[in-house]
Amino acid sequence: MKKIRCALIGSGNIGTDLIYKIQRSPVLEPVWMVGIDPESEGLARARSMGLKTTAEGVDGLLPHVLEDNIQIAFDATSAYVHAENSRKLNELGVLMIDLTPAAIGPLCVPPVNLREHADKVEMNVNMISCAGQATIPIVNAVSRIQSVGYAEIVASLASKSVGPGTRANLDEFTYTTSGAIEKVGGARKGKALAIINPAEPPMIMRNTISCLTDDEPDHVKITESILQMIKEVQKYVPGYRLVNGPIYDGNKVQVFMEVAGLGDYLPKYAGNLDIMTAAATRTAEMFAEEILAGRIQLQAVEAA
Amino acid sequence: MMSSTNNLKGRKVVLHDMCLRDGMHAKREQISVEQMVKVATALDAAGVPYIQVTHGGGLGGNSLQHGFALASNEEYISAVAPKMKQAKVSVLLIPGLGTMKELQSAYDCGARSVHVATHCTEADTSPQHIAFARKLGMDTTGFLMMAHLNDPAGIAKQGKLMEDYGAHTVYVTDSAGYMLPEDVKARVQALRDVLKPETEIGFHGHHNLGMGIANSIAAIEAGASRIDGSVAGLGAGAGNTPLEVFAAVCERMGIDTGVDLFKLMDAAEDIIVPMMDHIVRVDRESLTLGFAGVYSTFLLHSKRAAERFGVPARDILVELGRKKMIGGQEDMIMDTALTMAKERGLLKEVAA
Repeated sequence: MKKIRCALIGSGNIGTDLIYKIQRSPVLEPVWMVGIDPESEGLARARSMGLKTTAEGVDGLLPHVLEDNIQIAFDATSAYVHAENSRKLNELGVLMIDLTPAAIGPLCVPPVNLREHADKVEMNVNMISCAGQATIPIVNAVSRIQSVGYAEIVASLASKSVGPGTRANLDEFTYTTSGAIEKVGGARKGKALAIINPAEPPMIMRNTISCLTDDEPDHVKITESILQMIKEVQKYVPGYRLVNGPIYDGNKVQVFMEVAGLGDYLPKYAGNLDIMTAAATRTAEMFAEEILAGRIQLQAVEAA
Repeated sequence: MMSSTNNLKGRKVVLHDMCLRDGMHAKREQISVEQMVKVATALDAAGVPYIQVTHGGGLGGNSLQHGFALASNEEYISAVAPKMKQAKVSVLLIPGLGTMKELQSAYDCGARSVHVATHCTEADTSPQHIAFARKLGMDTTGFLMMAHLNDPAGIAKQGKLMEDYGAHTVYVTDSAGYMLPEDVKARVQALRDVLKPETEIGFHGHHNLGMGIANSIAAIEAGASRIDGSVAGLGAGAGNTPLEVFAAVCERMGIDTGVDLFKLMDAAEDIIVPMMDHIVRVDRESLTLGFAGVYSTFLLHSKRAAERFGVPARDILVELGRKKMIGGQEDMIMDTALTMAKERGLLKEVAA
């Protein structure tokens, strides 16, 4: 069966984990890995896994996009360079899946709004943040039943799974995730808290989601909606697990989740990284299925 | 009579009161703006140079996770700051909870000093916030919480990072009230060995093992020049180092704090103690915090979870210590209580 050919930008942990997930996909094929350091371990690994590589950044990829028929690119670099990467690839008709906090395109949480983005043939979709991917489905599962005035999420991450970029920019993580709890989760006000825990052995990612409903929550309907949503997420993140709840206290609904990764390249405790690569892969797959079925066609974005 | 600590005679130590921030934990965040003004005014008159004023969790603390205070941090700070004749108002900022936007807003309301706090191994989550505090011209502290969970060499490394980011002062923070004087000394000494001479070292204690004062003195012996305490000990767990008691000890030892001891004693007795919802002291649960090395703020949360699910608070606290939960993970108290209640057959599981 024909597959949509992909490029991965950023040869770090996320980019490497993406190779594994994309190689398993029935509709995607990893073809290029883009880095900036010719000595990097990530590029060497990509080569050994059969990918073409360049250490010249996105500019090293551009001349090959058309001849290699690259249609989807994943950007796992940084917010600072993403806009340029996206502009250059969009001009060649390549769809950009943004795993940085740049968020220049619409925010995407697959079980909540991926369908919508695919139908509109968005050329840049943003994957928000690990905490966003892990918690927004639950907020949405509550808000699709009853209006939610306030939703708050607490993400506990293993210290070893949090890279220097996130550490140096925790505020960005807070703002992006809080905003997405509102825009995608459907809460009128959102707040995100992050805790980095250094325990050994490393703790598996945990997330606590609390929603305040405007009216008294319908326990049966909300619980059913949450359990259904968890099943949706489990389709692409099998280690997404309900530990406790939902519990109800007045208008407060609380859910306690755990996210174990698949352990492809990243260790299992790093569910926070895994849920990002899994959600990005799932997103690319839906676009790919639509392209392969002839229902949508990617269009080059004219330079402004 | 000679004492081994006579060498501290004449040492200057800057006191920093925590009762209007750490004390918020012990009051379930329910200290009113009027009470804050009254307490801060009395501490200012007693000569306390720094007074911390915010939600117990600091900037961004208002949340389901940490409780909602009676007023916003901005309201508290702007009510207190203009009333201060000599004291500086300080705030707490934990990256991941509070942000630079909130620090700017606290500064605009009159805050002039900040504790930028991270877990004792995660200093590299604070560079932006420390640099921003310096840019605002604030007295800037890097605050290494749960310091018993990192060894002296590790604390020194983390403190050095904070100094590099721009911190004027680096604190050893005994959030669990677990440390003994030798633990404190080793960590302060390790910091003193690597930090620039002009960088100050501070100690923030909790009294869960009754060691608040002894630990603070040990810190001074090893080179600390800033000490956090709380009048009447109003703070999380068994409270902070009781500031008036510490001031009295300093006076006896000839350490110069510049505060008026009797005025501080009056503030403790006449204002703070009558405000307490429970007498802040070493009791079974707060002793458990100190003994098991658990974050002091977990105390009241665990008691509430215990009441709700029928698992004793001490059992929950010991389990949290075993799972190495750290400050900010208050949600895991409820989660742990639920899991324990299920295991003990006290709770039916939600059908999954």
